[in-house]
Amino acid sequence: MRTATSIHLRNIHKQFGDFVALNNVTLNIRSGQLAAILGPSGSGKTTLLRIIAGLETQNGGSLCFDGEDMTHTSPRDRHVGFVFQHYALFRHMTVLENIGFGLKVQRRKLGLSKRDIRERALRLLSTVRLDGLENRLPQELSGGQRQRVALARALAIEPKVLLLDEPFGALDAKVRKDLRRWLRIFHEEMGITTVFVTHDQEEALEIADQIVVMNQGRIDQVGAPVEVFEQPATAFVREFLDITDNPEAASVLPSPVAHPDQLELLGTFEVRA
Amino acid sequence: MSAAATTNLSNKALTERFGRVIQRDPLWIRAGLIAVAVLYLAVLVLLPLVLVFAAALAKGIAACWSAITDPAALDAVRLTLFISFASVSLNLVFGVAAAWTITKFQFRAKGLLITLIDLPFSVSPVVSGLIFVLLFGAQGWFGPWLQTHDIKIIFAWPAILLATTFVTFPFVARELIPLMQAQGSDEEQAAITLGASGWQTFRHVTFPNIRWGLTYALVLCNARAMGEFGAVSVVSGHVRGQTNTIPLHVEALYNEYSSAAAFSVASLLALFAFATLGMKVLMERHLSRKARTQQFSTDDTFRSLE
Repeated sequence: MRTATSIHLRNIHKQFGDFVALNNVTLNIRSGQLAAILGPSGSGKTTLLRIIAGLETQNGGSLCFDGEDMTHTSPRDRHVGFVFQHYALFRHMTVLENIGFGLKVQRRKLGLSKRDIRERALRLLSTVRLDGLENRLPQELSGGQRQRVALARALAIEPKVLLLDEPFGALDAKVRKDLRRWLRIFHEEMGITTVFVTHDQEEALEIADQIVVMNQGRIDQVGAPVEVFEQPATAFVREFLDITDNPEAASVLPSPVAHPDQLELLGTFEVRA
Repeated sequence: MSAAATTNLSNKALTERFGRVIQRDPLWIRAGLIAVAVLYLAVLVLLPLVLVFAAALAKGIAACWSAITDPAALDAVRLTLFISFASVSLNLVFGVAAAWTITKFQFRAKGLLITLIDLPFSVSPVVSGLIFVLLFGAQGWFGPWLQTHDIKIIFAWPAILLATTFVTFPFVARELIPLMQAQGSDEEQAAITLGASGWQTFRHVTFPNIRWGLTYALVLCNARAMGEFGAVSVVSGHVRGQTNTIPLHVEALYNEYSSAAAFSVASLLALFAFATLGMKVLMERHLSRKARTQQFSTDDTFRSLE
């Protein structure tokens, strides 16, 4: 496995007409971390994620991956794995073709044969535990299955960073819980720097190493779940995390001491299709 | 699967989803409405069409055949097929480019561009033809320049092609814009983050998604291109055997009081239209089947309940 990439954003500014979506945002995400960008809708969290991917162009500021300047690099050359909120699977391609797409379009550059691509796609399919579904079309899959195909497709190009936009937003409660614990384990295994956007504080607290709380285009607080939970930096963070009214919220926090054991426990966990 | 079986299936699915059967009107209302519709179509569409074929055969099959195989008629057929093929090809390229630009990018004056695309539909074809005369005619803007360089546009096939392409331009863009808007650009963005170039994205992602809509648009465009009369009439010059398309040849024959010949050639045009229509029906059947499967499967909430 290659070493994970760190992400550095400096003074990122983004405006849509008169609306300031991001106001001087500076953020560092350490290599190998699972970071959650948490905030209400309209706080600029998805815009920030899309700027990291290069799908949106910032009006000011700079962006580095591991010290390498990416500010003006096209999304095509950034090597990010992006999982869209509604998955954006290629609807006319089979599951296997979807997963192999990134390898297929860069086949010459990577020097891969058709068989290599097939084998790698099949291995990824097995990694996301969808063996046997390679010839299905996206429309023949459940929401949770589509989500994992989208993940496998993003991972196929061996991205430097993995970005997920509201990864569990379109799923029902049960599948959502299963999948997010699975993503946590998955992240431990892959070790790839991962950033996901969410408006669900429970989701962020449960699986992230680092939480970035956003409010009206600014970052209010960055910290480990315990830090953010125990010492909310602003009134907004306190309110948004629902800390005062919700004593039960504390129970979702992973206890830092029990971490290794807990992981082992989670490891035996089977993800339902 | 037969059409009836498909309908039953979707009715059943609807019933399961909403827990009730869709209410039916009494028999006499249904029968009455159907009768009115059939009568209307018979008088306005079917009857004239039958009359065209009847008039074509009024002087016997041999006369009809000789009118169609007349050298001037054959030249008109050749010109019409060439013009419709060329204008459909041009509209394919520029219509797709316009729809792609409008739906996948943000830029100023997008509304203006959409209005311009609609312009040929709102302008009378005769006016469309006159535009080209004003531009390329002997007294037109480029007329003197064209004359000194010995380039013939007006009263020659280039003008016929220009006029036909202009009149039929909206078909492709108009069909594709709503389709591409509904599909959004997430799939394209996904392809780009996966390392695809612009062309690869179009070829592997956008094109397969619009393939059927595009084919449908081209069929409609072709039907209109073959039958276009007004704009072509203004710019063609009506040179028999050279710049007469089928509709113009029909008009010429009719004006010479050879109505059986005129209707013979007209029935040929009608046959082309039938062929086009047949293709359209096949296409629609395919499209509706596709739409149905997608409608039922993209419904996430419905799925997750399973």
